Amino acid sequence: MSLQLAPVADVPWPPSVDEFFPPGVGGSVWITKFTIMVWIAVALIILFFVLTQRNPKIVPTKAQWIGESMYGFVRNGIAKEVIGHEGPRFAPYLTTLFVFISFLNIFAIIPGFQISPSSHIAFPIILALLSYVIYWYQGAKKHGFLNYIKTSIVLPAPWWVQPILLPIELAQILIIRPVTLAVRLFANLFAGHLILLVFTLGGFVLLGTGNIGLAAVGVVSWGMALVMTLFEAGVALLQAYVFVLLTASYVQSSLADEH
Amino acid sequence: MIIAEEAHNPILPIWQELVVGTIAFLVLCWVLMKFVFPVMEKTFQARVDAIEGGIQRAEAAQAEANALLEQYKAQLSEARTEAARIRDEARADAEGIRADIQAQAQQERDRIIAAGREALAAERQTIVNELRAEIGTLAVDLAGKIVGESLEDEARRKGTVDRFLSDLAGAR
Repeated sequence: MSLQLAPVADVPWPPSVDEFFPPGVGGSVWITKFTIMVWIAVALIILFFVLTQRNPKIVPTKAQWIGESMYGFVRNGIAKEVIGHEGPRFAPYLTTLFVFISFLNIFAIIPGFQISPSSHIAFPIILALLSYVIYWYQGAKKHGFLNYIKTSIVLPAPWWVQPILLPIELAQILIIRPVTLAVRLFANLFAGHLILLVFTLGGFVLLGTGNIGLAAVGVVSWGMALVMTLFEAGVALLQAYVFVLLTASYVQSSLADEH
Repeated sequence: MIIAEEAHNPILPIWQELVVGTIAFLVLCWVLMKFVFPVMEKTFQARVDAIEGGIQRAEAAQAEANALLEQYKAQLSEARTEAARIRDEARADAEGIRADIQAQAQQERDRIIAAGREALAAERQTIVNELRAEIGTLAVDLAGKIVGESLEDEARRKGTVDRFLSDLAGAR
């Protein structure tokens, strides 16, 4: 508590939600750090892929190979693996999704940005909604709308379990799937940023106390910030992977004939 | 600060960001899915084709080599059979020629021998005839001289001499 009373001059302590909402350019809500990061991500991804795939070779150049590996990874490692023989149809979307989320997430540890657009729930919501639309559309197209709901929620179980099971399964495809998709991504990146803030700003605060022992802890705190940054890099890619994997698995369950 | 803190709830989306994010992501999807990933699929396919094409070409070459080998083997065995046949024929021919020559020689020999015999027989006949006449004359002459008297009259009766000679021939 005493720490709160003696912070270093220009460090906001404790870190609050406001850290996630820096003011926009000229007070604008359209042009903010977050929207700029999103546009940068889109621009760089397009630039990279278009430039490296402009003149594709059978024997790829290094840059071409990197792009192809990303696509190949999602295509063969997720789309085909999870969805099956219909997987390659979804590979382009899933790859776009994977690359986009990875890029947004990795902003969390890029110096100068150090916060991910995914920590604003708006962006995860968009992506989760698109996944939602896709698996509903695929299910309805394959089975018919009502039949899709039926095959999705009616599980082979004893009749007396069904009263509990049916609402859960219905909630699953109606609400739980998109909400968990969005919240998982958002919360991971939100918490990650908060952890980095705590360790980094905490280091400043501890050093500012003037107490030699606390200052030493402050250095440790910065060390932790470093470790957590590496950890965040892992989380960034892992969350992108999880999001795409789950989307693929929802699509698969929409296309599946039986449970 | 305090005003902002009340204004922002992290689990409520900022609608402007929803709009920006949607547009940005759709642009990204459109570009990548229209211009990038189809190209990659084509590249993958081309790569597969190149590899499979190489394998197919190698298989074709292998098959061709095998066919040629078979053909050579067949030709070789054909040639061997042919050679054996020719050899057999030659052997048979030689045998035939040898037999022919032998037969001819045999014939020739028989002919020559027969001719010799004939000639010999004719010669002998001639000599016998001549001798017959001569001996008859000589015997008569001789007998005439010995007897001293002409037996020519009697000799005219040649039957005596001839009978004698026939006896002679019969006795022989």
